[in-house]
Amino acid sequence: MLIKTHSSGFDHLIPSEITPRRVYQSRRDLIKLMATGAAGAGLAGWASRQAMAQGVQHPGKLAALAGAKSPVPGALTMEKITDYKDATTYNNFYEFGTDKADPAKNAHTLVTKPWTVAVEGMVKNPKTFTLEELIKLSPQEERIYRLRCVEGWSMVVPWVGYSLSELIKKVEPLGSAKYVEFVTLADPKTMPFVGSRVLEWPYVEALRMDEAMHPLALLTFGMYGEVLPNQNGAPVRMVLPWKYGFKSGKSIVKIRFTDKEPKTAWNKAAQQEYGFYSNVNPNVDHPRWSQATERRIGEDGLFAKKRKTLMYNGYEAQVAQLYAGMDLKKNF
Amino acid sequence: MLSRQQVLLHPAAKPVLFAVCLLPFAWLFYSALTNQLGANPAEALIRSLGDWTLRFLCIVLAVTPLRVVSKTPALARFRRMLGLFVYFYVVMHLLSYSWFDQGFDVPDIAKDIAKRPFILVGFAGFLLLTPLAATSFNAAIKAMGAKRWQLLHKLVYLIAGLGILHFFWMRAGKNNFAEVFVYAGILAVLLGWRVWHHWAAPARKPAPARTVANAR
Repeated sequence: MLIKTHSSGFDHLIPSEITPRRVYQSRRDLIKLMATGAAGAGLAGWASRQAMAQGVQHPGKLAALAGAKSPVPGALTMEKITDYKDATTYNNFYEFGTDKADPAKNAHTLVTKPWTVAVEGMVKNPKTFTLEELIKLSPQEERIYRLRCVEGWSMVVPWVGYSLSELIKKVEPLGSAKYVEFVTLADPKTMPFVGSRVLEWPYVEALRMDEAMHPLALLTFGMYGEVLPNQNGAPVRMVLPWKYGFKSGKSIVKIRFTDKEPKTAWNKAAQQEYGFYSNVNPNVDHPRWSQATERRIGEDGLFAKKRKTLMYNGYEAQVAQLYAGMDLKKNF
Repeated sequence: MLSRQQVLLHPAAKPVLFAVCLLPFAWLFYSALTNQLGANPAEALIRSLGDWTLRFLCIVLAVTPLRVVSKTPALARFRRMLGLFVYFYVVMHLLSYSWFDQGFDVPDIAKDIAKRPFILVGFAGFLLLTPLAATSFNAAIKAMGAKRWQLLHKLVYLIAGLGILHFFWMRAGKNNFAEVFVYAGILAVLLGWRVWHHWAAPARKPAPARTVANAR
């Protein structure tokens, strides 16, 4: 069983990676000691971040889902992790309402068991996976990513999942497949705002094949060491840390391989405001607000100046080569 | 029991209304101090103050129709205070945007206003409201003459339109118009009533005479 109850505790997926508890505990104690001030104020800040990056606090609300520390470059930011409460009560999931407080209030009606994801289109091995099959397909990793919303706020969230490329390799796309489309659930019975005229339903997102194959593109099953809460896209969603948040489809039911650029939800709703790529880019403003800065939720208080937004949300070293030679003002 | 007229003319009526109008601001101020504005306090504060500006605009524009329809002339004495509260809330809205969103960086604010139509429209509404607030005291009415003063204050209809457009364009980014239509509907009814009252209502008085004349 990969989904563990909270009581079954802390398990590594790869035995060779297991550090004896005594050893890592002593290191952690040392880090804590540093954080309390013995090593000076500057170092303490680093140390407390380090301590945090080492052990994500489990909120103890849902079934545990352990992930080994990811070896993928850029997958573990050292920044302060956003409070679980903020990450689960302030987000957009329009199927449950347009206010950012709505998903947490309304998503309890979402039914995530049983759940299947159909992988189809231009692939050698099309298959409908049960959620359990999908979870077991590849070892779960913990990835601590920055999340930048197109609205100008950001968070740092510890996700649990594995690179989408693992799934793509298994189903073997045909040479003609150029794009991957993610179709999300649109069930008017359990999602009260499906049917509202704000967007076309189902909510569809898509990536170019090379973007989808990038190791940072995460097929995500959990956050904060537990399975995803309904309001954050349970039971399976995408997380694409270098793109604005809306590119990461939630509650995915279908993954389709195609040769044509799919029409994505926000692009259909407002073509001039939301492009297909929607990479985080401080130099290309949204027509209604600046993208040059952002407010880090839970950290940048009322009186703090907003922080500068980084190119590709700080993942430039990892993803910039995907867009080499492209005019990013046109392909926004 | 005091009659409706007695309540409205009571010396305490204005101070009580003043305090009531300050309640939303006091509640927001308290929530901000005690960190109860949610995950994004700046956004919550700026948007709430904008909402209250629109609400007070609806309230002040409802005074005259309510006064005429309910035949309660005493309501007129509250109109100036309510109008000034529209200005109070719009100033707070602009101030909180300048401070909490832009960090009082004046070049940045100027760029933002010039670049984004929805902010430009909101700012224009604020600018147009300023002379109305500035001429709200009796001496100004005397100095200007009632006719010119009234003409100037007709700007409020344009300001209401700009306010709705500001809100509409802001929400257009997220395709979310439900609330915009509520405010637009209320303002349309209040302005529509004025048009109807201006043209149709006086025409009804001589109407019977004409009917009689036609009958002859």
